[in-house]
Amino acid sequence: MEFSQETKQKFQEILSHYPVKTAAVLPAVHLAQEEFGYVSEEIIEYLAKFMDMSPVFLKNTVSFYTMFKGKETGKYLIQVCHTLSCSLMGAGNIIDYIKEKLNIDVWETTPDKKFTLVKVECLGSCGTAPVMQINDDYYENLTEEKIDEILSRLS
Amino acid sequence: MKILLKNIEEPDYTGSIQDYRRKGGYTAVSKAIKEMTPEEIVEEVKKSGIRGRGGAGFPTGVKWGFIPKNTDKPIYLICNADEGEPGTFKDRIIIERDPHLLLEGIIITSYAIKSHQAYLYIRGEFVYGANRLNSAIREAAEAGYIGKDILGSGYNLDVQIHRGAGGYICGEETALLESLEGKRGWPRIKPPFPAAEGAFRCPTIVNNVETLANIPFIINNGGESYAEIGVKNSTGTKLFCLSGHINKPGIYEFPLGISLRSLIYEHGGGIKNNNKLKGVIPGGSSMPVLASDEIDVSMDFDSLANIGSALGSAGVIVMDETVDMVDVSLNVAKFYAHESCGQCTPCREGMPWMRDIISRIKDGKGKKEDIDTLLDITYNVEGKTICPFGEAGAWPIRAFVNKFREDFEKHIN
Ligand SMILES: Cc1cc2nc3c(=O)[nH]c(=O)nc-3n(C[C@H](O)[C@H](O)[C@H](O)COP(=O)(O)O)c2cc1C
Ligand code: FES
Repeated sequence: MEFSQETKQKFQEILSHYPVKTAAVLPAVHLAQEEFGYVSEEIIEYLAKFMDMSPVFLKNTVSFYTMFKGKETGKYLIQVCHTLSCSLMGAGNIIDYIKEKLNIDVWETTPDKKFTLVKVECLGSCGTAPVMQINDDYYENLTEEKIDEILSRLS
Repeated sequence: MKILLKNIEEPDYTGSIQDYRRKGGYTAVSKAIKEMTPEEIVEEVKKSGIRGRGGAGFPTGVKWGFIPKNTDKPIYLICNADEGEPGTFKDRIIIERDPHLLLEGIIITSYAIKSHQAYLYIRGEFVYGANRLNSAIREAAEAGYIGKDILGSGYNLDVQIHRGAGGYICGEETALLESLEGKRGWPRIKPPFPAAEGAFRCPTIVNNVETLANIPFIINNGGESYAEIGVKNSTGTKLFCLSGHINKPGIYEFPLGISLRSLIYEHGGGIKNNNKLKGVIPGGSSMPVLASDEIDVSMDFDSLANIGSALGSAGVIVMDETVDMVDVSLNVAKFYAHESCGQCTPCREGMPWMRDIISRIKDGKGKKEDIDTLLDITYNVEGKTICPFGEAGAWPIRAFVNKFREDFEKHIN
């Protein structure tokens, strides 16, 4: 496994904005997750070599952040907010509905590897609760009908 | 009186640099860089009386004044766009819909504190916002507002977007600094304060998105006209985030000092389904809840502190009579248990302990003593942690128990 030439260039550009190399750790791990889909131990080892850093330091950092995925998830990562405003507006029902519809529990992936369902904390969109994020995109003011429509559009 | 939503509320406003300039944008940068010294800008901001919009309410001009004079180290500006306080969604609207307003604030502030490198730390989930800001930075650089020799003044500034990766604590300014440096988001012991020793051990100012977005207005109109808006000790306008059981949730901009009642009933359209109000959190989930008979309070820093709560991030979470405060406090306790960074024992142990007790009460397995144990834990977390996350988790739980004790007692027989 190796970064593409394009990613390597992106990394060099990013590095030029910081006085120390460690500051490029989060950006580099984001790049790795974008390119490889997740950041396994193996990928961390590669990154450590690539950045000429201790793998222990990197692992210590990566394990702190909830957005870095240690293993492969479904093609679509459904992240439903269950914090207070969303919960008041029915996030619990939304989660139950998705569970039933996809026939999986929270933290599980559908057998066809298409969807993984997770619960997340406040997404900063409480005025349009309930809210979920699928991969990079936000979906707001959720209802059961809206979920049917959103999930059927994803292929 | 609108400062922050003035452009956004125009029907066909796109947030492009052309639109922003058409509305008079970037005139404050010209004025600041061409006609004012950095010291004069700091003075103007002090005069405005503006206090930080990130939650703590520290006077912005005073903070800027803490940068050591004649330091030979580089100085950094960090815009805090981590927006993670439950109930808060105001920075996102500025970022996504008027990014140049924020950039103009960043440029002026950098110039005022003599920084040549600004970082905009944005929560990782805001992918669209980060992309939006990156294109705005490109537009501003092409127009000569960012980069080398800005407007021919010889002043250089680089602005770099730095994406977080999930973790509420990274909004706390010293955790943010650690995270920026590539480490776990573990808050630092203060002092030293960031202004003396912040990013990369150099003088650093951390300001919230909304705080910085006010700076162009202050430069264009003068600190004194800003200070005329709002009330004593709480000047200017504020973005209020209305969510929960309210008919018209959303972001509202009003001068500080508007009453919570009018925010909820007049502007927010009242409680959903014509229900009665049970309680309202005025400043994001870290701040103590108010009971329904406390809403005649003026929404400003001092008035809310006087009744034992706080303006915080102005995330107003409305709860109607159908809620059980045991459910609400369990939801809140789960959040803080999940987000504790684990560095300080009272917080790492206390937050899950509170969660477990409330969960037990909810399941009908609570004991009479549990309620007082809960209160006891809040006092043993408060003030005993490196950063204010301890209070952020302890205060709300204490208020739920004290103000809605009967809800807890109902589950215990
Ligand atoms: C647990 C915790 C979380 C915080 N989260 C944020 C945040 O998401 N955004 C923010 O601007 N400030 C946040 N703060 C406040 C910052 O520490 C800091 O006071 C603020 O960014 C300073 O900017 P201001 O003076 O412009 O308000 C948080 C504080 C704590 C204790
Ligand atoms: S509570 Fe769900 S987005 Fe804030």
